[in-house]
Formats: sequence, C-alpha cells, structure tokens
Amino acid sequence: MRISDQDVRHLEALAALRLAPADREPMRVHLERILEYMEQLNAVDVTGVPPTSHVLDAGNVLRDDQVVASLPVADVLRNAPDASGSFYRVPRFVGEAEAEA
Amino acid sequence: MNPALLTIEEQARLLRSRELAPLDLVDAALGRIATLDPQLHAVPQVFAAEARERAKQLANETPGGPLWGIPWLAKDVLTTRLGRTTCGSRILENFRSPYDATVVARLEAAGAILLGKTNMDEFAMGSSTENSAWGPTRNPWNPECVPGGSSGGSAAAVAADLASFALGTDTGGSIRQPAAFCGVVGFKPTYGRVSRYGLVAFASSLDQVGPLTKTVRDAVLVYEAIAGHDAHDSTSLDKPVDRLATDGPAALRGVRVGVPRDFVAQGMDAAAAADFDATLRAAVAAGATLVDVRLERAPASIAVYYIVATAEAAANLSRFDGVRYTHRTAQAGDLATLFAASRTEGFGAEVQRRILLGTYVLSSGYYDAYYLRAQKVRTLIRRDFERAFATCDVIAMPTSPTPAFRIGERAADPLQMYLSDVFTVPANLAGLPAISIPTSTVGGLPLGVQLYAPPLGEARLLQAAEGLEAGLGFQRLGQRGAV
Repeated sequence: MRISDQDVRHLEALAALRLAPADREPMRVHLERILEYMEQLNAVDVTGVPPTSHVLDAGNVLRDDQVVASLPVADVLRNAPDASGSFYRVPRFVGEAEAEA
Repeated sequence: MNPALLTIEEQARLLRSRELAPLDLVDAALGRIATLDPQLHAVPQVFAAEARERAKQLANETPGGPLWGIPWLAKDVLTTRLGRTTCGSRILENFRSPYDATVVARLEAAGAILLGKTNMDEFAMGSSTENSAWGPTRNPWNPECVPGGSSGGSAAAVAADLASFALGTDTGGSIRQPAAFCGVVGFKPTYGRVSRYGLVAFASSLDQVGPLTKTVRDAVLVYEAIAGHDAHDSTSLDKPVDRLATDGPAALRGVRVGVPRDFVAQGMDAAAAADFDATLRAAVAAGATLVDVRLERAPASIAVYYIVATAEAAANLSRFDGVRYTHRTAQAGDLATLFAASRTEGFGAEVQRRILLGTYVLSSGYYDAYYLRAQKVRTLIRRDFERAFATCDVIAMPTSPTPAFRIGERAADPLQMYLSDVFTVPANLAGLPAISIPTSTVGGLPLGVQLYAPPLGEARLLQAAEGLEAGLGFQRLGQRGAV
C-alpha cells in the first residue's frame, strides 16, 4: 500500500496529532513498510470465518443499578491542567467562528 | 547471605519464624536499589519512606499469607495512589492516580509492601524499554544490552534482586520477553483471569497483568493473590481460581509437550535454536513426551497483532487530550490546537506511529481490508491452538528468537523490532496462559523457553513449568555472585 504525504496529514487530523514537518517523511516510510508487511494477510483464505470479538466465550455482564460512592471531585480534578470549581477549564471555543468572521 | 537474594518462598519462611522482619527485607531491597539502580535505571520512582513505614506497621501484626511482608515493584502502567503513574510518558508526567489498581489493592491486602514503580516502554509499546520518556533501562546481565520490554524495568529489577517480585503487563509478550532477556520467570495468565481495573489500557482485548519472579513457585504465589473476578472489570472471568498443587520435578512425568517445529524454525538465532533443542531434551529427561503440532497460521500473528493492537490503542489513547489529567500545551490557540499540540508534545515517536497505524486500519475504506480481515485470521490462529491442544497438554516454544540485543541496535527499524515478538504474540491473540522460564546462557546472556496452555489451564501450565524448571537447573544472576 502506497502511503502519500497527504495520507499522513489526513491520519494526523483524524488522530489529533500534528507531526513536525521533518518527522512526517520518516513516519510515512515506516507506515508504508509496516502496511506492506501486513499485506501477507491477503493471501489467507478467510471465507466463512467469523471475526474474533472476544477470545473466550464471554457474554454480556449486567449488574443492579445501585448508587455507590464515586471518587471525590477534588481528588480527580487535582490532575487537571486547569480547573474552575468542579469543572475542567478549556480555551474559549464557542463563538470563535463568529468573532473571526 | 543478603536476604534480598532469596525467593519469596524462602523469605516468607524466615518472616514466619521471625528470623527476619519485614523491615529487614525492605531495607535490603532499598540498599540494592541505591547501589545498583543508578546504572540499571529500572526503578524511576522509589517509595522508601512509605515502604519502611508500612514494614514497621506489619511488624506489629501476626505474619499472614505467603506475600506478607514481601517487598515488590509495580510496572508504571498500573495505577497507584502512591507516587505518580506515568506509563513512561511525558503526557502523564504529573499524573497522580486517585485510586489503586485492583492488583495493587489485592497485594496490599495480602501484606506485600510496594517499594516503587518500574520503567517501561511508553504505554507498553515496545520490546526493549528504550521507548521510555525517562530513558532506557539496562540489562543487569550486560548493561550494554536492553532488558527487553515493555516490562523491562520489572524484569531487570527482579533479575538484580531489587525486589522480591514485580508485576508487569503483557499485551504481546511484554512480561515474557523481558523475563527471558533477564533470566527470570514471567507469567501471563489467561485473558480475563486477572483484573485490568487500574491497568492503563493499551489494547483492551490483549492486555493482561502478571508476575515476574525468581521461580515458578513464586509466580504461583503472586498469581494466587491477584487472580479472580473483579466487579470493576467486566471482562474479568467469574470463575474460581484453581489452587495449585506442586509435585516438584515429577510434574513433567507423562505430560505431552507439543512442539510446533515448522513455526519455531523461522528466523531463529543459531544459539537460541540449539538452546531450545537442549530444553526439549531436558523435558524428555524429566518424563515429558514430545508431540509434533502444527500452528499453520501462527506466522501471520505479527501482522494480525500489529493491526488489532494498534487499532485498539488508537481508540484507547484518544482519552489523553490535554484537558482532564494530562500534559497541556503552552501554545495558544483554539480547542483543536490544544488537543493536537498537547498530544504531539506528550507522546513519543513510537506511540504516535502506533496511533497513526491504528487510525489507518480503522479508517473508512480500510476497515474491512485490515481490521476485519485481521480479526478473521485471529479466529484461524485460535482454532490452530484448539486443534493442537487436542493432542498435547502444553506447547513449548522459544520466548524470543534471539537473546537480548544491544541498546540502539533495533531502534531505527520499527518493523524489525515488531518481528522479535513472533513467539509471544500468539498467546495474546488466542487469550492463552503462557509462561517464560530461563533455560541457559549464551555469551553471558540468558535465554528463555515458553510453555502455552489452553484457556484457564493455569494449574497444568504452572506444574509443567515447575517440572521443567527443576530439570533445567538454571542459576539466577544473584546465585552466581555476579551482582
């Protein structure tokens, strides 16, 4: 599978990553080589074979809908890069488009 | 004799008879960490004060089970309220978990003493522990060589007697391969046998927690403390954990050992191949019968694994977003910039490569060709094992095609690094329990052999491993007076 520079940029957008320009070409080459290696799977006859969804015969698990204690908000927010009260704080983004227009 | 060099079994006997106190063991381990870890770099976080405090508390109690008072180390992908849980990544550099992983809580309840956190490949992605944001760990047998990975810190620490045991995690061999490279025992239980609650997810359908220990018996002791159902992990199996008897050397008598010769012949280093043959002879001498088995699709395991594992990783790692508990970029900009810049600054190159690969195989137009096809071939690999286990009790394979390689040797070629996992990934794809035990050394570096068993065949697997271990008579690094 040929991977183009444009493909890598598209993957970055999907994955929320932004490679430095100098890192993009080595990444493209690595991805291409690895995907080429994976093409060996095309030679395997998988007609009528179901995909694995779980390795053992596990079923769905249900439990009673009981209220139990959850982690204290302060303990959880201690790891936030920015918080306000019991909320995570992020840069303003609602109304940005209007402001730029 | 430094008590840090003893096995858990031996230490527990001395604790029960009060010839040793928990603090003696903790101080012996801390002493070795202070002396040896500046070079090895296996334990980036040490909880010396907390561990000594806990040891003093325990001294007022009646000695409990086999792990009571035993110092241990957690791979840094397991959440601990003590210290930070970084997963070897800058993106979690300052993350302090508000809760303990279930395995950590169970060991705490068993009276084991957490000494620190071990180094690892970032988010458990790697086979050498070179991909840690905190720098590589070195192999205690030869500091120019890697300890294997991704649980390389755990393996190096146990090999150098920095702790009595360590926990690792195994997604494609990350317990067993470093165990082999460092001359210790590494055990991956059946998928779902041990809770994954508090194991920071890499590939959820493959990840499993397990012990790295000095002996198979010690692996049994740790396994029995951590295994079993956990309401916090709905994929953990709600089935009783077998108590394991031991018959010592006789445990291999009458055991049918399957050998997939066609598969094993591929890409083996000559010394490793000779060692595997010698190991099979030792198994026969201990009473085992060898059976030829065929794992026709096993050679496709690496291709399947790096599709399934990266797809799951791409999904799992989307939670690291610069908003809730990770590094956040200092770059100004909109929300999309915050996400992308925080992630790109926080993740190392291998993690980014796997996220992009996983994103590719799941993306529109490629999902059927890569991800779905890989999951179908995975079914065929599982069926190969089902067929093989109809004619044998356990399957033997080398753990790695080579002994430990030199630091930097494979860093430039990710595909070459992936191929070194060829004998370990099939166990994860099929959910099977597998154990690596040390066999011998070549050029001053240890080699390992693996045994695989059917799902939930832990009792059979560990008994056979103990029999083989006795037959091989491997001398640990600490028994050789080398460190």
